[in-house]
Amino acid sequence: MPVLSYIQAVTQALKEEMQRDEKVFVLGEDVGKRGGVFRATDGLYDEFGEDRVLDTPLAESAIAGVGIGAAMYGMRPVAEMQFADFIMPAVNQIISEAAKIRYRSNNDWQAPITIRAPYGGGVHGALYHSQSVESVFANQPGLKIVMPSTPYDVKGLLKASIRDNDPVLFFEHKRAYRLIKGEVPDEDYTLPIGKADVKREGSDITVITYGLCVHFALQAAEKLAEEGIDAHILDLRTVYPLDKESIIEAASKTGKVLLVSEDNKEGGIISEVSAIISENCLFDLDAPVQRLAGPDVPSMPYAPTMEKFFMMNPDKVEKAMRDLAEF
Amino acid sequence: MGLEKINMPQLGESVTEGTISTWLVQPGDTVNKYDPIAEVMTDKVNAEVPSSFTGTIKELVAQEGDTIEVGDLMCYVEVEGAGSVSDDEPSPAQEDPVAEEKPNKEEKPVKKPAKQEKGSKKRYSPAVITLAQEHEIDLNQVEGSGRGGRITRKDIEKLIESGNIPTAGSAPAKEEPKQEQQAPAQPAPAAASGSAVPNVQAGEGDIEIPVTGVRKAIASNMVKSKTEIPHAWMMVEVDVTNLVELRNAKKKQFKDQEGFSLTYFAFFVKAVAQALKEYPQLNSSWAGDKIIQRKAINLNIAVAKEDQLFVPVIRNADEKSIKGIAKDITDLAGKARQGKLTSKDMEGGTFTVNNTGSFGSVQSMGVINHPQAAILQVESIVKKPVYQNGMFGARDMVNLCLSLDHRVLDGLVAGNFLARVKEILEKMSEENTSVY
Repeated sequence: MPVLSYIQAVTQALKEEMQRDEKVFVLGEDVGKRGGVFRATDGLYDEFGEDRVLDTPLAESAIAGVGIGAAMYGMRPVAEMQFADFIMPAVNQIISEAAKIRYRSNNDWQAPITIRAPYGGGVHGALYHSQSVESVFANQPGLKIVMPSTPYDVKGLLKASIRDNDPVLFFEHKRAYRLIKGEVPDEDYTLPIGKADVKREGSDITVITYGLCVHFALQAAEKLAEEGIDAHILDLRTVYPLDKESIIEAASKTGKVLLVSEDNKEGGIISEVSAIISENCLFDLDAPVQRLAGPDVPSMPYAPTMEKFFMMNPDKVEKAMRDLAEF
Repeated sequence: MGLEKINMPQLGESVTEGTISTWLVQPGDTVNKYDPIAEVMTDKVNAEVPSSFTGTIKELVAQEGDTIEVGDLMCYVEVEGAGSVSDDEPSPAQEDPVAEEKPNKEEKPVKKPAKQEKGSKKRYSPAVITLAQEHEIDLNQVEGSGRGGRITRKDIEKLIESGNIPTAGSAPAKEEPKQEQQAPAQPAPAAASGSAVPNVQAGEGDIEIPVTGVRKAIASNMVKSKTEIPHAWMMVEVDVTNLVELRNAKKKQFKDQEGFSLTYFAFFVKAVAQALKEYPQLNSSWAGDKIIQRKAINLNIAVAKEDQLFVPVIRNADEKSIKGIAKDITDLAGKARQGKLTSKDMEGGTFTVNNTGSFGSVQSMGVINHPQAAILQVESIVKKPVYQNGMFGARDMVNLCLSLDHRVLDGLVAGNFLARVKEILEKMSEENTSVY
């Protein structure tokens, strides 16, 4: 099986979906001739032409709005926000229009749009190029938010997002783009949206996380295994709506739960996960549910020391996992 | 394997020696660090001596009844790894060749040695409580591997998997002698303390007295009684003027002839025994799905000794004369004061009569001596003006207070019983009552 980087999996999924379905097209800033600032749409312009790979003005609201309109008329747009940080001008389009159109029209209309956006820090991107924005959208019924951790999941979930009949926000960790590599089958496959995935079986503690942090947890788990601490790791993959069943199962398995997120701590995805666990797992819990997340400061700083302080890393995760195991 | 010594610990600030009242372990027993190994009496407290090591008891050097100076050798324990007892020191009687083998080299280092802070041992997570309830595990007997000795869910899961579940009824055999010795504690009106550990801090100058031995048994019995038994309470006032005359007339001669005192209490015990024969409902125990009515009438009486209360038993009180009962009371009280009560003296009580009047009390709410159905408190005899036959007269009056298990008894039968006791007592007089 070929080994692809995280970003190659994105490109492959887009390419295959565009080949499969003429209605699929991409639009965004520099996605055409340039092939995207991260090269995620590399080669698509050459293969599919300017009608299906649209370079847009620097206007995120328009990118989302055009995409939503096209989707409502039967197209399958994949809109790219160059950085998740810049999605804010498009929030009205996404939340007020895309998320609500099916409900508002009593099923007469739908907006099958996929909005891709690179998020996350650790790349010296500073304030406007490091943010995690998922929690902004994570209480909007009608939206789905997918945040894969591995190239395999990227391909399967991006294809599923494009084929989904409702709007999907597809957040890709920009540091994972070239850092994370993995086996990806050549053939066409999709993975179910809304399903979490056990990335490691264990019996001492449960770590529930998503995105790049899954890898930090896996690395920490390998180290801790040498000390006899056996970690169970659940990758949420879809952070909205959450896979409650898998969360409850994973939390109940060990009764000691660590939730990890790169996002600010308060009001994040993992806060909701924590609430699900406390509603359902009281009598299986053996320790207080722990959250490990970024500090509640406005954004990732630029100074390397401060970025390191903010950014999640395997050491921080390992320390928190060991602490919980010893409780 | 190595050897370690356990010496008599300092059990109080001014304590210099202790007497071993009971060994709670025998040679060959396995003990964990902090497990109680012996009960020791000092002039201050009764205390349990904890093991300083985890290992196997090799030899008990001191015998029960021996008085040992603080710091002197009590017993040897065989421990993992090299012990601190060197070869030239007096070592235990028979040399076990296996014991001389050098420490197990490649015992894998366990995950994390449980830090012995002990702090969170008694704080259980929801998962641990749930599992313990489902499998009826007695958590007091479980060693925790978590931080501060906390019992983790995994500890319990391993225990369940092993099938070796310590239930409340299966306390290690070594604890049995202790229970016998500590005997049913007396439901004293004042007793209150419980098993739940309240967050009470000692301030400067406060004295902290370890709760051990008899005190501990009293506390747990009280909590058990007060939490399990729905208590109801009633009281009657009895005119014992004639009884007082009877006793005053006989007491001198009785003492001279028999060599012990004819106390009022003997008359009351006799009256209770007689009434119990007629109302066996009060001579019973709640047993969940049934009530057990006892045939024998064995009456517990309360005997105080400094900070301890014992409830020895007057056996078959219904078959005894007032003299016989008075003799039993004298014997049992004497034994209690000398610390010579045996477990046999304490066993088999079916009803308790408590002589609270001896402290001058005129009213008290007794705590039922679990698992009995009721307790009767005999209060002080007090001279009172009483309106009788159209005039006031000075009469000797006494209150009898009855606490009853409302699961077993209702007001009617308990009231009838008390009325009967009252009747018997009021009829006791020089003319128609013999103490023999």
